[in-house]
Amino acid sequence: MTFIKFIKESFKVILKGNKWYYSWVGMLLVMFFWGGSGYLHQLKHGLSVTNMQDSISWGFYIGNFTFFVGVAAAAILLVIPAYIYNWKPVKEITIFGEILAVSAVIMALLFVVVDVGGPFRLWHMIPVIGVMNIPASLLTWDSIALNLYFILNLFIVTYLLYTHFRKKEYNKKLFNPLILLSIPMAISIHTVTAFLYNGLAARPYWNSALLAPKFIASAFCSGPAVLLILFQILKKTTKFEIKKEAIWKIAELMAYSMFIYLFFFFSEIFKEIYSGTHHLIYLKYLFLGIGEYNDLVIYAWLSIIFSIIAFFLFLIPKTRKNVVTLNIGAILIFIGVYIEKGIALITPGFSPDVLGQLYIYRPSMTELKTSLMIFSLGFLIFTFMTKVAVEIIFKNMNINNIKGDKINTT
Amino acid sequence: MKDERKIKENKETRRSFLKKTALATTFATMSACGSDTSWDEFFQKYFRTLSREEKNQIIKRLENKYSEKYGKKFSVSAKGPIDNTLFGYALDVSRCIGCRKCVYACVNENNQSRDPQIHWIRVLEMEKEKGIDFAHSNDQYNPELVPEEGHFYLPVACQQCDNPPCVKVCPVKATWKEKDGITVVDYNWCIGCRFCMAACPYGARHFNWGEPDIPEEKVNPKTHYYGNRPRNKGVVEKCTFCIQRVREGLYPSCVEICPVGARKFGNLLDPDSEIRYILKHKRVMILKEELNTQPKFYYFY
Repeated sequence: MTFIKFIKESFKVILKGNKWYYSWVGMLLVMFFWGGSGYLHQLKHGLSVTNMQDSISWGFYIGNFTFFVGVAAAAILLVIPAYIYNWKPVKEITIFGEILAVSAVIMALLFVVVDVGGPFRLWHMIPVIGVMNIPASLLTWDSIALNLYFILNLFIVTYLLYTHFRKKEYNKKLFNPLILLSIPMAISIHTVTAFLYNGLAARPYWNSALLAPKFIASAFCSGPAVLLILFQILKKTTKFEIKKEAIWKIAELMAYSMFIYLFFFFSEIFKEIYSGTHHLIYLKYLFLGIGEYNDLVIYAWLSIIFSIIAFFLFLIPKTRKNVVTLNIGAILIFIGVYIEKGIALITPGFSPDVLGQLYIYRPSMTELKTSLMIFSLGFLIFTFMTKVAVEIIFKNMNINNIKGDKINTT
Repeated sequence: MKDERKIKENKETRRSFLKKTALATTFATMSACGSDTSWDEFFQKYFRTLSREEKNQIIKRLENKYSEKYGKKFSVSAKGPIDNTLFGYALDVSRCIGCRKCVYACVNENNQSRDPQIHWIRVLEMEKEKGIDFAHSNDQYNPELVPEEGHFYLPVACQQCDNPPCVKVCPVKATWKEKDGITVVDYNWCIGCRFCMAACPYGARHFNWGEPDIPEEKVNPKTHYYGNRPRNKGVVEKCTFCIQRVREGLYPSCVEICPVGARKFGNLLDPDSEIRYILKHKRVMILKEELNTQPKFYYFY
């Protein structure tokens, strides 16, 4: 029953920490419960307490869902260069990537749960007891892909940490194929998520073949941005030894994928402006505003400007290797991609609506609180898992030196 | 051999026990959150594939529930499609005056929520100079008298597509096209993801954002399971050509109320029907032809 011990010890680790750790966790808990009161309110009164309505039938929740699917996917994609360039330490990079993927995918799934009108009827989607619309519904595919991805990554990271805990070598025959499997799965979750929107002929703003490639390209910026910052923190605070070159390489790769994203973006802009069809109106709504319907304009420009600045910061070797500009770049890219998927993706798909009517959408207080609940839960899971991983990998927590056991034997 | 079977049975009962426990826990949480859904309702299976007996039980339960809630004797029909029938609709754009009588007749007939307000029909006011141009249309027009000078009107509800994009996207098959061409929703199976609303090019689908409110004296107790029976919050609804009426040989209520006779309805498979006459002799068009949704709702002038 070493596994039970492993779980028990992990819980002990989660409960212990310095005052910074306690205040961070305390803050997240407070935010979780405060935000949770918003969700309870929504459960009671229905989605009428959100600012969504028939014409703008998806909003902040679905935007965040899309963003976190991207983060979850990209966290694993970082494993590819780690193997190709043989960064030391590959295994540690993999573990933290997996932890980020697990937390992000939980957040993505929860954003769907809070968005549906009948969360208690979600069992209708479960295979065998429910009904699945295969192969027609992309949402069915997406729920399968996301859940499998979640299980796979949770399994890999638990397995890796557990073998480490037992001071054993991991089973390469079992583990390496799984890691390899997680890479195409990462691509697939974000592709299928893009296809949700992409496949809707009714919504010209989403109905572009470049949507999925654009999603993947920008996700490859936002996921690594989080890890880039985490790696530097770990390097400062633990025995985590990542080579500077590896960090720079990550930034360089982010510059390339940001270039691809911007290239796709401008290709779309060109096509819309030059052909000048009725579909131009969605871009106009987003970037210029139509009369008083202009509250997305500022975000749309910020996203593009931040992305371009970050692109140059990561492209130029001098700024890439400078700690300050490197981190500014990571933050700018994160914000840029967050706006792209979290804010600027959904509303322009719905306004003007299919019958040409214009609307304004701003998330309501309930939507913000409910989202905060999910953010803080995701961060909590990420913090706890990272703490356990750090303890096992760098502080030598293992089966042989569990304190409780020592007391018993002496 | 015997033992093996026993183990298997044990396993199965254990599995179904776990399943039930999981669902029961969800149910308990749900009631704790103030939902008034009954145990049977929560466990209700996929209606479409149930036996006649099981369907009847559900219908009974619903009739009792609604009768109790609204203080009126309710009937919930589950009448299936009539053979050799494919319903089609035609609307004379040159006659429509934009009075919105159809909108409110529909609300009354189909038990749409009054607060929050749901309208299955949206009437767009268009400029004659521009023709059918959604970008320059207005659904909030509110003059003293209609029609307004220089304008014409385009009422839009579900187009009952032969190739419905909304059905394709539903993750749980809670909506589908019936044999007589009507796309229906099982309100007890819909999870409220609203993917169908994003997929519909005509804005025909509506969501119960809050608990629907229908005044007792206004509620229509003659209902159909796939049509105008009262809905719960959190589910999608749409026009069904008044399924509770047309499957009994009546016209949809919007056809009956229209003061200028702009609305026509009939069986597309009957060569002698009025709708076939219109398709043959009038200049007919459909909305957003390029999307290949193949509506069975025609506009003519």
